[in-house]
Amino acid sequence: MMQELIYALPLTLIFILSIAVIMVDAFTGKNKTVAYYFSIAGLLGVIIAAIYTMTLPSADLAKMAYEGTISKGMLTYGGYAAFFDILFAVAGILTIVAAKPYLTREYGEYKEFYSLIIFAISGMMTIAHASNMVTIFIGIEIMSITFYVLAGFIRTRITSVEAALKYFLLGSFASGFLLYGMAMVYGATGTLQLQEISAKIATGEIVNIYLQIGLALLIIGLSFKVAAFPFHQWAPDVYTGSPTVVTGFMSTAGKAAALVAFIVIAKSLLPTNFGATLINDKLIVVKEFTENATMIIALISAATMLIGNITAIAQKNVKRMLAYSSVAHAGYLMMGIVANNENGFAGIVFYSTAYMLMQIGAFVVVGVLERDDTKFQQISDYSGLRKSHPYLAAVMALFMFSLAGIPPMAGFPGKYLLFTATIQSGYTWLTIVAVVSSIISMWFYIGLVLNMYFKEKEGDALVADVKSSHFTIAVSVIGVIILGILPSFLIDLAKNFF
Amino acid sequence: MIEEYLPLIIMLVLGFGVAVLFLYLAEWLGARRTTHGKQTTYESGMEPLGTARDRFSIKFYMVAVSFIVFDIEVVFMYPWAVQVGELGLVAFWTMTVFMLILFAGYFYELKKGGFEWD
Repeated sequence: MMQELIYALPLTLIFILSIAVIMVDAFTGKNKTVAYYFSIAGLLGVIIAAIYTMTLPSADLAKMAYEGTISKGMLTYGGYAAFFDILFAVAGILTIVAAKPYLTREYGEYKEFYSLIIFAISGMMTIAHASNMVTIFIGIEIMSITFYVLAGFIRTRITSVEAALKYFLLGSFASGFLLYGMAMVYGATGTLQLQEISAKIATGEIVNIYLQIGLALLIIGLSFKVAAFPFHQWAPDVYTGSPTVVTGFMSTAGKAAALVAFIVIAKSLLPTNFGATLINDKLIVVKEFTENATMIIALISAATMLIGNITAIAQKNVKRMLAYSSVAHAGYLMMGIVANNENGFAGIVFYSTAYMLMQIGAFVVVGVLERDDTKFQQISDYSGLRKSHPYLAAVMALFMFSLAGIPPMAGFPGKYLLFTATIQSGYTWLTIVAVVSSIISMWFYIGLVLNMYFKEKEGDALVADVKSSHFTIAVSVIGVIILGILPSFLIDLAKNFF
Repeated sequence: MIEEYLPLIIMLVLGFGVAVLFLYLAEWLGARRTTHGKQTTYESGMEPLGTARDRFSIKFYMVAVSFIVFDIEVVFMYPWAVQVGELGLVAFWTMTVFMLILFAGYFYELKKGGFEWD
């Protein structure tokens, strides 16, 4: 029991922190720096706790999987859960640091922003620790409701409010799908515990129409949360309308959290290694079920990358272009689910880390240059950036190269891992589609770089308001380069998780 | 088998028919004298002032916090109080944590001026 408390430390800390930040907000009155530094320090504490639980031996985890635990097996600790804790907390720190100058300039610094970010992280961490359908749902809801508020944070801006309303209406509808899917799976299997569901499906006796409907509804709900085709229509509007720092946060950490839920559900509902004791015709039923479901996810993934990348070509607004590219990246990440093996899941872990760094970096650069909601967001506004802000132009070019997947940057090993894992499990056609859509994506990523470096600006140069965003940009750049040059340590780490 | 349900069907048809009949009779025979009073939003109530789509003070969310702190709390407290003897220490500490979180809400509201009505 004591041991479980130690393992649960990051989760406990983030929940205490989320309440404590509200208290700090209430008791410090007009003083804003205390809440700012308190949330950063708290998140650093969470990171330390998560690193500590990751180093603990994982042999004890199996022993305390079920009875005799405080959480009654509804939570899982260590391993990938601890890793995602770190990922979400880092994303939170990067966002909070970059948000301070952005919000002060565009709207006014409100301390509620910090507590909302931490609430969102607590939801994501709940998803990462979930080993029960209900825990997943609670985590997704904590995260989503916070995102609805964050999207409309600048409430005097019509685009921000529109984004919040759209996200709220569509998001709550999708949550309904998710919950209904869980109910169907419960009806078919009689349990919400993911390991038990997995064991029951492997016997082949409960693969019936209810389980299939349940899985289909779950795929719909989760596809919405990761913004995959055909449920991606909310993403461009919401990502464009929200405050830019928030967009950076929810298109990376939020997507990674939804993907963890996807991994956890796919891993237990779509078994790939069948027990030896299985009778043959039952094996065929389970195999058919798994293959059909994987094929559907593969089709969603292929359509998502094509639609995302092709639509991004037509965009004139950098923020909207990045929003569509974020849709495309959801497609790449879902290839790991299609692969459904440890390499695929390791690929998701690696790529969502790399993606978090490069996407938050790119959005922060956009946020530094934009003014008054929509000004200076056009691609044409970025021409001549090399002369006026050589530093910003260089990092933006680096993030673009990384997003496009060009070797020395972190995007390349991530894509390489996902592509090879997909080939391994026999979906070569999906890899071909992914390569083709990667080539399509070069057009707009490199197009922006060309615009920045080889076109002259007419009129006044952009004014950059960087301040503490320097930190976020620097961390993202260093992370992208290190992960690009030395990817092996993270890959080895990620392969041990699954 | 179907005969058993015949009275029910007759009743449904008759009931529906009578309702439709009376609606049309009222439409056809009824007198129609519109006066100013009849046309207002609340026929025998207050005269409405302004539009319903006005903005209202965001302090409204403080009322929501009060509602959760003082009202929703009771919904959980009563069943807990009845069962706490049997559930033992786990239930006690669970409720303590819950109360602490609620207290956080209370202090937040207090400090944000939720109890200062003007």
